[in-house]
Amino acid sequence: MKKYLLAVLVDNKPGVLTHVSGLISRRAFNIESISAGYTEEPDVTRINIAVSVESENELDQVINQLSKLIDVIKIVNLSEVDSIERELVLIKVAATKANRADIINVVNIFRANIVDVTPEDVVIELTGAQDKIDALCEVMKEYGIIEIARTGAMAISRGPVPVKDM
Amino acid sequence: MKMNGAQAVLTSLKKEGVDMVFGYPGGAVLTLYDAVYKMNFPHTLTRHEQGAVHAADGYARATGKVGVVFATSGPGATNLITGIATACTDSVPLVCITGQVANPYIGKDSFQEADICGITTPITKHNYLVKDVHDLPRVIKEAFYIARTGRPGPVVIDVAKDVFDARFDYEYPETVSLRGYKGENIGQEADIDRVIEALRKARKPLVFTGGGVTISNTAEELRAIIKRLGIPSTSTLLGLGTIPADMEGYLEFAGMHGSYAANMAIQQCDLLLCIGMRFSDRVTGKVTEFAPHAKIVHFEIDPAEVNKNVPADISVLGDLSWSLPLLRQKLEAADDDFPARFAPWLEHAAAMTKEHPFGYQEEGDLIKPGALIAKISQLSDKDTIAVTDVGQHQMWAAQFFKTYKPRHFLTSGGQGTMGYGLPAAMGAKIGCPESRVVLFTGDGSIMMNCQEFSTIADNDIDVKVVVVHNCILGMVGQWQRLFYNHHYSQSELKGKTDLVKLAEAMGVKGYRLTKKQELTTRLPEILAQPGPVLVDVLIPEEEDVLPMVPGGKRLDQMVLGTL
Repeated sequence: MKKYLLAVLVDNKPGVLTHVSGLISRRAFNIESISAGYTEEPDVTRINIAVSVESENELDQVINQLSKLIDVIKIVNLSEVDSIERELVLIKVAATKANRADIINVVNIFRANIVDVTPEDVVIELTGAQDKIDALCEVMKEYGIIEIARTGAMAISRGPVPVKDM
Repeated sequence: MKMNGAQAVLTSLKKEGVDMVFGYPGGAVLTLYDAVYKMNFPHTLTRHEQGAVHAADGYARATGKVGVVFATSGPGATNLITGIATACTDSVPLVCITGQVANPYIGKDSFQEADICGITTPITKHNYLVKDVHDLPRVIKEAFYIARTGRPGPVVIDVAKDVFDARFDYEYPETVSLRGYKGENIGQEADIDRVIEALRKARKPLVFTGGGVTISNTAEELRAIIKRLGIPSTSTLLGLGTIPADMEGYLEFAGMHGSYAANMAIQQCDLLLCIGMRFSDRVTGKVTEFAPHAKIVHFEIDPAEVNKNVPADISVLGDLSWSLPLLRQKLEAADDDFPARFAPWLEHAAAMTKEHPFGYQEEGDLIKPGALIAKISQLSDKDTIAVTDVGQHQMWAAQFFKTYKPRHFLTSGGQGTMGYGLPAAMGAKIGCPESRVVLFTGDGSIMMNCQEFSTIADNDIDVKVVVVHNCILGMVGQWQRLFYNHHYSQSELKGKTDLVKLAEAMGVKGYRLTKKQELTTRLPEILAQPGPVLVDVLIPEEEDVLPMVPGGKRLDQMVLGTL
């Protein structure tokens, strides 16, 4: 299985996410993550999809089937071009007076941030590539992870050309 | 112009040239139906929403126009689902306008509320929920454009009840503007040159035509290409009629119950020109060993179909109404003597047709389904539209009814929807009143939408309904005989239902044939009379559809039977 990151530009209309997610389920595509948000154009939403496929042919199917949706404007496979990939994670870790300093140490090593502290826990924020986030989660297991929220991967190409003009 | 949403819907339909709506009223569409009443809009009341959507499908397939359906919210709309899926798989243009509960009630689990956009997303080309009357004209314009252009398909417009009542300044847009969709599909000319190069290298090319040729109205071009090349041709189930049954080298249809010659030719050919078809598992047999010696050329409008089931060596992406005329032009301009080059292959293919034609064994007095359908085919003119339901009779109809024109053999191919036939035949007759319409159905299928006999009778829709009656769900029974030790698990229909009386109870004349001689002594007269008719024809129960490519086998591993 190989992972690819797709940037999908869609019309910002009600029902678009249903159309995209409905298609993914009916074609039985293997989606690792999906996230959506506003873009520089008010009527365009960008959906970031990380898809796992067995072959290039299967990837073509994903792209061609998604392209068929009326409200999909453009799809670019950002794994194919020079691009920057990021994901954001919020991790809630059990923390006591005794181990809080240790946790802060690890957070600093990962260049992550602590964004909330209570007597029983800390919330850590980290942005990075997927493997870096996986690594931090692994280390934090030792202290006791209470909860994890991840955005899923997204990417943007290097250079001045936006996805819509690719 | 000031009007309400309901009037806006009908005014827009008029502008789209809609001359018939199939539908069923209900709470959420009362205002819409009031406008139908006031504007005297042409509308056929079916007896079930499923009847309405299949009728619109039959209308659309027979005419090439967009079929239009009205249904109310909740169960009214969910009753359309099977018909929408049927149309979607077979690329039939439909616009289904469903009522939704009024805006303030949406999402509250209100009376007769169902999320129709959510439910129909996987089985539509596109769908809309209209909550603001100002969106209505644009949405209808887009819906018709999307439904009929490109690879056609069904579009659902779900309209909140209060939108029908809302008054606004109506204006119908002249054009559509959709960033993510283009209705025109022009491809690369170089691809066509590659096809011609491949033809120059080929010894045994075969044309394999599909429903796309019908949809794009390019049968004439295709026939000219086949003639110019002098090569054999075959068809998918949905491609029936694109090549006339009597054309030289036409091997009839291919696939699970297709002809010996067609299936063998596919396995033997060295170049397969696949035109507007999608390599359904019913047509490929064991897909990894489909056409093993052939270079595959795929003419296709939908990029997602290319390499989906069978990898193409050359793909010609684009509308057939662009690619086929161009191919024809280039072939006619070329100096090659193709017919001479391909003559031995054409001769070989034609010989295979003679070796194992579709056939049946006579059995005393009994009416054999092959004999029945061949007789009706012989009694029909070339303008007769044959419609089928789904099952054994469907395959016998495909084998024995000779079709000469596109849009003259209507069948639910991709979904295999039982109950499709009667309403679809009704829709076809409404769309093409000048053509005779014959429905072939079974004693299983007919019961699935037999309520539409009422619609047919009340509107005097001249459909000849031929029930191929074997007292069993025939295709299920055939598989049970062959693969499940003859266990007729829940497939026998030996009940007390009298189909003649059933039809007559709803106002359609009924007849029953039981003996072979009656095919000549009674059948012609029965079919010649005007108005709708049901003919209940009893056939032997244990009659198999042959030849047959068992599931998972190669096309050349057919069971031929004893013919």
